[in-house]
Amino acid sequence: MSDSKLLRLDPLDNVLVAIATLEAGESVIIDGRTFTVPSRLTLGHKLAARDIRSGEKILKYHMPIGSATRDIAAGEHVHLHNMKSDYLDTVAMQARHSLAGHGVPGGSP
Amino acid sequence: MIVTENAYLRSDGRKGIRNHLVVAYLVECAHHVAREIVHPYRDSGVQLIGFGGCYPNAYAAKMMRQLCTHPNVGGVLLLSLGCESFKRSELRDAIAASGRPVETLVIQQNGGTRKTIERGRELVQQILGEMANVPRAPLEMREFIVGTICGGSDATSGITANPGVGRAFDRLVREGGTGIFEETNELIGCEAIMAERAVTPELGTILENAVGKAAAYHRVLEHGSFATGNAEGGLTTQEEKSMGAYAKSGASRISGLLKPGDVPPTGGLYLLDVVPDGEVRFGFPNINDNAEIAELIACGSHVILFTTGRGSVVGSAISPVIKVCANPETYRRMSEDMDVDAGKILEGRGTLDSVGTEIFDLSLAVARGEQSKSEALLHQEFVLTYKSFDPIGPSCLPRV
Repeated sequence: MSDSKLLRLDPLDNVLVAIATLEAGESVIIDGRTFTVPSRLTLGHKLAARDIRSGEKILKYHMPIGSATRDIAAGEHVHLHNMKSDYLDTVAMQARHSLAGHGVPGGSP
Repeated sequence: MIVTENAYLRSDGRKGIRNHLVVAYLVECAHHVAREIVHPYRDSGVQLIGFGGCYPNAYAAKMMRQLCTHPNVGGVLLLSLGCESFKRSELRDAIAASGRPVETLVIQQNGGTRKTIERGRELVQQILGEMANVPRAPLEMREFIVGTICGGSDATSGITANPGVGRAFDRLVREGGTGIFEETNELIGCEAIMAERAVTPELGTILENAVGKAAAYHRVLEHGSFATGNAEGGLTTQEEKSMGAYAKSGASRISGLLKPGDVPPTGGLYLLDVVPDGEVRFGFPNINDNAEIAELIACGSHVILFTTGRGSVVGSAISPVIKVCANPETYRRMSEDMDVDAGKILEGRGTLDSVGTEIFDLSLAVARGEQSKSEALLHQEFVLTYKSFDPIGPSCLPRV
């Protein structure tokens, strides 16, 4: 079972979507395992549903939305710091730069 | 199915759900005078649009022609400085040929700012008088055109508001109406699955190529259709945002591809290709959401469904904009600007089907005269910039 604050859009997805804000230190349950949220994540952000290897496609809506740029552990926040677009790289670079100071983990330029 | 019994019947046979007088400036130099003319009438259906450039542009000329003869427009006052390149008499003739009252004021021939404003307000009164007696007729579902756009997206957009609009679009198309979705630059990554929905294989290839063109265009510009707010809202990549944006199109077959200003020939679902043809010339395809809304309206959209997660407040000149808010937290902060609370799906207060029905029903209510939130707040944003397009070919609108 998984947490009611997490939405799995497709059974084969390797990420879950937060459908409510998760506070730092809060526990979430993914497939029966408990994880601690390391920092505040607002509604809409993604968590790894299982361990994801570097280079693996990130699947949401059962569609690839990019690739992991490093190994990602189950329960980890999945965002600009550990995945990238397979289409338009510069987008992520610019966005990552602008995210510095917004409290997003790994959001350093 | 009848959308409204009381549509405004224009001499060209098209039918509008509003009866706006449009004051259109033909170069930035005439903008102030035009705005001053409109100001006292801004809550009486008199609206301001215009093109700021002084250099000629075929796209801008077509857009202005289609907007000034839009079914929601009942009369037009053109504002020219006098020396700009815009072919004002061609535009005036096209408006007159559509049966609408039209007047032109040239500031240089009218004694300058003050005298032109004075004369402009007299002409507004006169045109409003002529517009008051437009005949009414029922607007059938097959004549009803709805455009959709997303702006200020976050990760909730693709889960609630966009698929909600998709359900409303499915219903619209099933009932015989017309839906237009756009933002080929926000469909990057979805081209293959989208192409399978085309009514002919040739059209499928055209749809795929349109997205390929958008990707190439943005590669040159080194920036996709992705703002920092998107990333703060949990979206990480262009293709992730695309999947969400794509959901607005619903599940109907895709009947054709349009370019800005092309009016769909029959009911069905259409993709509007907003990315210019040829080499990259005038910068970003659309500099903001309103540039896209203006294009959807130039294609004949009576109503615009605008989905937002972060919280956009814009409306538009000419056609009412209905805001569908994807994020329940945003809705609570900005409910005065939002027409539909689609984020309730995340809180168990609604389903995609119930939100889809709500959006569809509200589109009809707005067509029948109910004001959308942005309309009541007098949002009348309008943006038109330089672009260039090749005309669409026959395979873009296959007859099946």
